[in-house]
Parts: sequence; structure tokens; C-alpha cells
Amino acid sequence: MLNINNLQVEVGGTPIIKGLTLQVPAGEVHAIMGPNGAGKSTLSYALTGRDGYEVVGGTATLNGEDLLELAPEERAAKGLFLSFQYPLEIPGVPTLTFLRTALNAQRKARDEAEISVPDFMKLSRDVAKKLGVTPEMMKRPLNVGFSGGEKKRMEIYQMALLDPRFMILDETDSGLDIDALKVVSEGVNALRGPDKGMLVITHYQRLLDHIKPDRVHVLAGGRIVDSGGPELALALEADGYDRYKDAA
Amino acid sequence: MPAVKETIETVESIADYEHGFITDIEMEMAPKGLSTDIVRYISAKKGEPQWMLDWRLAAYERWLTMQEPSWAMVNYPTIDFQDSYYYAAPKAKIELDSLDDLDPEILETYKKLGIPLREQEVLAGVKGAPRIAVDAVFDSVSVATTFRAELAKSGVIFCSMSEAIKEYPDLVRQYLGTVVPVTDNFYATLNSAVFSDGTFVYIPPGVRCPMELSTYFRINAADTGQFERTLIIADKGAYVSYLEGCTAPMRDENQLHAAVVELVVLDDAEIKYSTVQNWYPGDKNGVGGIYNFVTKRADCRGARSKVSWTQVETGSAVTWKYPSCILRGDESQGAFYSIAITNGHQQADTGTKMIHLGKNTRSRIVSKGISAGKSNNTYRGLVSAHAKAKGARNFTQCDSLLIGDQCGAHTVPYVEAKTPYATFEHEATTTRLSEDQLFYCRQRGLSTEDAVALLVNGFVREVLQELPMEFAVEAQKLVAISLEGSVG
Ligand SMILES: Nc1ncnc2c1ncn2[C@@H]1O[C@H](COP(=O)(O)OP(=O)(O)OP(=O)(O)O)[C@@H](O)[C@H]1O
Ligand SMILES: [Mg+2]
Repeated sequence: MLNINNLQVEVGGTPIIKGLTLQVPAGEVHAIMGPNGAGKSTLSYALTGRDGYEVVGGTATLNGEDLLELAPEERAAKGLFLSFQYPLEIPGVPTLTFLRTALNAQRKARDEAEISVPDFMKLSRDVAKKLGVTPEMMKRPLNVGFSGGEKKRMEIYQMALLDPRFMILDETDSGLDIDALKVVSEGVNALRGPDKGMLVITHYQRLLDHIKPDRVHVLAGGRIVDSGGPELALALEADGYDRYKDAA
Repeated sequence: MPAVKETIETVESIADYEHGFITDIEMEMAPKGLSTDIVRYISAKKGEPQWMLDWRLAAYERWLTMQEPSWAMVNYPTIDFQDSYYYAAPKAKIELDSLDDLDPEILETYKKLGIPLREQEVLAGVKGAPRIAVDAVFDSVSVATTFRAELAKSGVIFCSMSEAIKEYPDLVRQYLGTVVPVTDNFYATLNSAVFSDGTFVYIPPGVRCPMELSTYFRINAADTGQFERTLIIADKGAYVSYLEGCTAPMRDENQLHAAVVELVVLDDAEIKYSTVQNWYPGDKNGVGGIYNFVTKRADCRGARSKVSWTQVETGSAVTWKYPSCILRGDESQGAFYSIAITNGHQQADTGTKMIHLGKNTRSRIVSKGISAGKSNNTYRGLVSAHAKAKGARNFTQCDSLLIGDQCGAHTVPYVEAKTPYATFEHEATTTRLSEDQLFYCRQRGLSTEDAVALLVNGFVREVLQELPMEFAVEAQKLVAISLEGSVG
């Protein structure tokens, strides 16, 4: 599904990702852990095509299609979704307006028919119920004045509504209270499937208690320095990243 | 949101300026230049009474002694007022009984305008068409007025200014020039001397005008200055909502537009005046375009009277415009909601004046300025309270959005309070359209153009909501079209 080979990314001329190789097969959830500043968010931005994150080497494909030559919105239409570590505020644009515009833009790019207003209203309400998003939140301008936790919940709400094929979750757990973590994780788990894939970036085991990963990778110094099963995350929680200092 | 999608499609379907076509109708023109003879010619052509001619001539004499103002933050080459035509009328017969009598080319022009499709339906009496009465100003002469009869039933007068001068001389003489005096300013005085036509509205006491009134102005003949004169009177307890929409065909030479709009609001009456202005802004290199020097003022003469100005200004090369409210009646209220967008080489210096004279008067100003390209956008506002204006209150919110790094936004607020019992609040923000927000939108599947349209429409939403529904959608599209190509 997602295939990253020897990827190298520079930000402002500084190499941040230095030859990263990673495969996430369809149906799997992989976790990425690693110290602050390791390049985890940089990887997610490079994959989604953010300006200023310059890919200077390597390849990245989604279902065999070259991601790197596509515009960000084209990657989105192919089913690539990023739940932002720091979601942006969009003043004056009601959340539902934003989402319907986004959904229809993606559908149009895929030559699909627009969703009708009644269908969209039904969909948005059903998804909102599952994720504990209130009708009041859906009417407010997107993320404006939302608390940190509410913004994260809203990211997953957007994700569930857009129903992407490959999902990158960048520290979705940070800011969520204990109950919210449960609700949001259930929402995420509902989006797993045989033809879906996920990359879950986190610092803490507690998220992985809810969203059980198939594989765990350690990203340090711009490379994957270790990979293993779910038990690797537990080991990291106990020992920290000290032993990867040299590898990075 | 379908409006945004439509916007994109509209943007794709147009080349440069959508309304850049010229109608080929025989024109009757006065010779170029300005003199007492031209003033007499205009007056005679329109068959005006002596008092009107005298009024014009006095204005002309006064104008000769005046200087063009230079305080606004706009630059343009010196205008040669002798190198312009001051009168142009289509030669076709203009007194019409029905639409069939209308010059087909003029009808075609309305069709090409695109925006007034709705008005076409209205004109054609299509079932279910919105009830909007239209008075179209084709160059200098009002060509068609609809729904007149029905409006007349409720006592509403809605006609061209020329007609009003002939048919309702008492009303015109009572109110014309009482809000914007002949001597007011250089452009207003020029307008008083040579005004071509415009709209006259009178709503009798206690009448709520049964439909939106709307006028579409276009500037058609090359080199004709356009000098509309509009006068709207809401008598005691009356209400009217009026929309002025403007488009102009593409022309190389800069064209001067100096309109005067006067609103008179008596006790407990209310006027809502909305403007959507998308005149030709000039080409990519800043060549051509309309010079828009407009004087708009409302006089809240009566107690508890209300006025709101809502404007969406996306066109013209140079805009100089300050719709103002004189809050004379006790407890009268004025509002100014503005979206001003400049792109390319456009320059806009616009804002409002709220003059508080009566007790417990209130005013509210919400200005949203958007600058893109190499343009300059200035908000200039005056809020003042007279010694007798105890309890006067103003709230001003002034937001600027910058797109790119070659444009400018300026805020120039003036405040004068001659009473200690006035409360004025001012808030101002300047933000740049953020790359982060754009990327966020694109990650969700929106194209850059979609994203800009969405973000900018979000920025101006508070003002769009003040427009009548059907025009809000149109304005939303205009906002996106006028910013086409400003990012990426
Ligand atoms: N414009 C820039 N110029 C130079 N370095 C940058 C720039 N932007 C980011 N970096 C650096 O890139 C490195 C990777 O940042 P990134 O945000 O990807 O880390 P992260 O692994 O997501 O960390 P965290 O766990 O704190 O979220 C950091 O050292 C950061 O300071
Ligand atoms: Mg990060």
C-alpha cells in the first residue's frame, strides 16, 4: 500500500529525513515513535506535499502510484489524509461548509457525482454521533476557538467523513482527555479495513492500547532505526530512546 | 458549498474581464468638453424645467472655482475634464410600453451582463421569478422600468431622475441637494452640473416597500463620464431595501464616474442600501479601468430613523468612496458594512463618516479590506459626535487581509468627540492569508483557488450576511473571481 524508499527531505536547506525506508501493507496499522525533533511531522508533511518540505531523493508511492509528483489536493483525492499535530483555524467558514466543499472537491477529482445535501446532512450527523461531535460544533467556524482536544476530535471527525484510504495520525492523542481518547480511538478503529492503511505517530503507549498497531517503528535522526511488533512500544516506554543515540 | 464550486466554474469560463463587451447602438452625443453650453445642452436634451437648468448652471459656476482633492491615498494621471463626453443617449426610442419595444441590442446587452438574468426573468414576467423591481441605466438614460404600476398601488414612486424632475418636481425640489449640497466637494459639484440620470425613489409614510428595488448601472460609450444622481426618500415609518449593481465594458481609456447618492430618512423610517460594484479594474499592467469618485450620504433626519450601507467593491482602477450617515434625529442609527477588494494595480480609498448630532445615536462600522497583487487598499473613517450628541455610541471593526507581499493595507481612523458622553470603540486587525491555512485546505482536497475562495469568503462573511440573500450568493462569486490568480 504505502511504499517509502530511501526518502530524503530538506527543510530550509537542512536535511531532516535522511534516507527513510518504510512499507505499510494494505490492512495494517503501523506506529511511529521517536524523540522530539526526529522528523516525524516532517515525514507526514513530505508525504502530503506541503510547500517547503523539499524531497531531494527517494520515492514514495501509494498503491503503486507516485505520490511525490502530485499536488497536495490530488494526493487527498487519492485517499491520503493527514490528521494534523496542530490543526489550523478557518475563521468564518462553518465546519460543515468546509467539509462538504472538501468532500465534493475530492469526489469531483475522482469523477464521482457530488453528494446531495440531504445525504451529506445524514452522513455528517451519523458520523458526529459516533465521535461525540455536537451539532453546535459542526455549525461553528472550523476549529475557531476550539480547545486543543476538540480540535483533535474534529480532525478525526473530518477523517471519518472523508473516508480516506491511507491515514496519517500525527499525535492525535495529545490534548485528548481519557474519555475522549477512548471515543476517538474507537472512531479510528472503525476506519480500519482490509484495503486501508494507517501510520500512527505518537509518543505514548496509551494510544496504542486502544489502536493496536501491527508494527512499531522508531524514527530517530531522520531514519527508521528500529522496527518490531507492539512489544517494541512497551520497551520504549520503559527505556526511552537512549539506545538509539548512536544509530541516529 | 455549491457557490464556491460555481465560482471556480465561473472563473474557468471567463477569460479576462467578463463584462468587457461593447454594445453597438447608435449614440447621440454631446460634443466633448465642459462649458455652460454643454450644461444647457444636457438640460435641453432632457427637456428640463428652468429651475433645474438654473441649479445646474449655479453648480457649474461653483465647480469652476474648485480644486480636485488630493488627500486620498490614490494616484492617477491628471484627468482632463475637457477631454470627455458628458452626454450620451441611445438614439433608439426610449419611452416604452412593453419589453417588445426595447431595442433588441439593449436587451442583448442585458443578457450579456449575465448577472441580471434574474432581472430578465422579472422583465419577462416569468412565473416564480423573484420580485425585484429594476430600473436600468443604460449609459446616461434610464431605459426600462418594471413593476412601476404595482409599486404605484402602494404609493411608491420608483422612476428615473429625469422623469421625477418632470413628474414630481415638488418632491425633487424639496429634497435634491439637501443631503449632499451642490457645494459639497469637487466631484459632487461636477455631478450637480452635468448629472445624466439616475434613480428616484419615494416611499410614503408607513409604507413598507413590497419588493427589493434594484438598479444596474453600466458604462457603455467610450469616454463618457458617468454622472448618476440618485435620491431616495423614506417618509415617516417607511422601509425600503435598495440594491445598486454595476458593471462596465472593457475600455482602454480611463473613464470617470462621479455619482451622487442622497438618502433622506424621516421619523422611524429605514433604508437599506446595498452596492455590488465590479467595474472594469484595468488590465494586468494597470492600463485602463474606471475612476470611481462617488459621494454617498444618508441623512437620518427623523427620530429613530435607520440607515445601513452595505457595499461590495471589487472593481474600478481607482475608488474614492465614503458612504456616510448624518445621525441628526435622536436615537437614529447608522451602519456601514463594507468589503473592498483590490487586486492587480487597483487602488481603493474607501470608508465612511458617521456624524452623530442627535442624542443616543448609534453607529456600527464593519470594514473588510482585502488586498492582493500590487494593489493598495485604504480604510478611511471618521466618527464624530456633536456637543448635543449625548449618549452617542460607535463601534468600528476594521479588518485587513493581505494576499502576497506586494500589496498594501492602510487604516486611517479619525475620531472627534465634542461631548464627554460619547462612547467610541475601535478594533483593527491585519492578517496575511496564511500558507498554513492554504495547505490545510488543500490537504482536505481543495484546489488553491477553491481554498482562497473559501478562506476569503470566511473573512468577509459577517458583511455578506448583511446583503439580501440572492445578492449574497452573487457577491460571494464576485469575491472569488476578483481574486483569481492572486495565489500560486
Ligand atoms: N524551517 C526549518 N528550518 C530548519 N529546521 C527545521 C525547520 N522546520 C523544522 N525544522 C526542524 O526539523 C526537525 C524535525 O521536526 P519535526 O516537526 O518533523 O519533528 P517531530 O519528530 O515531529 O517532533 P515532535 O515529536 O516534537 O512533534 C526539528 O529539529 C525542527 O527543528
Ligand atoms: Mg511532530
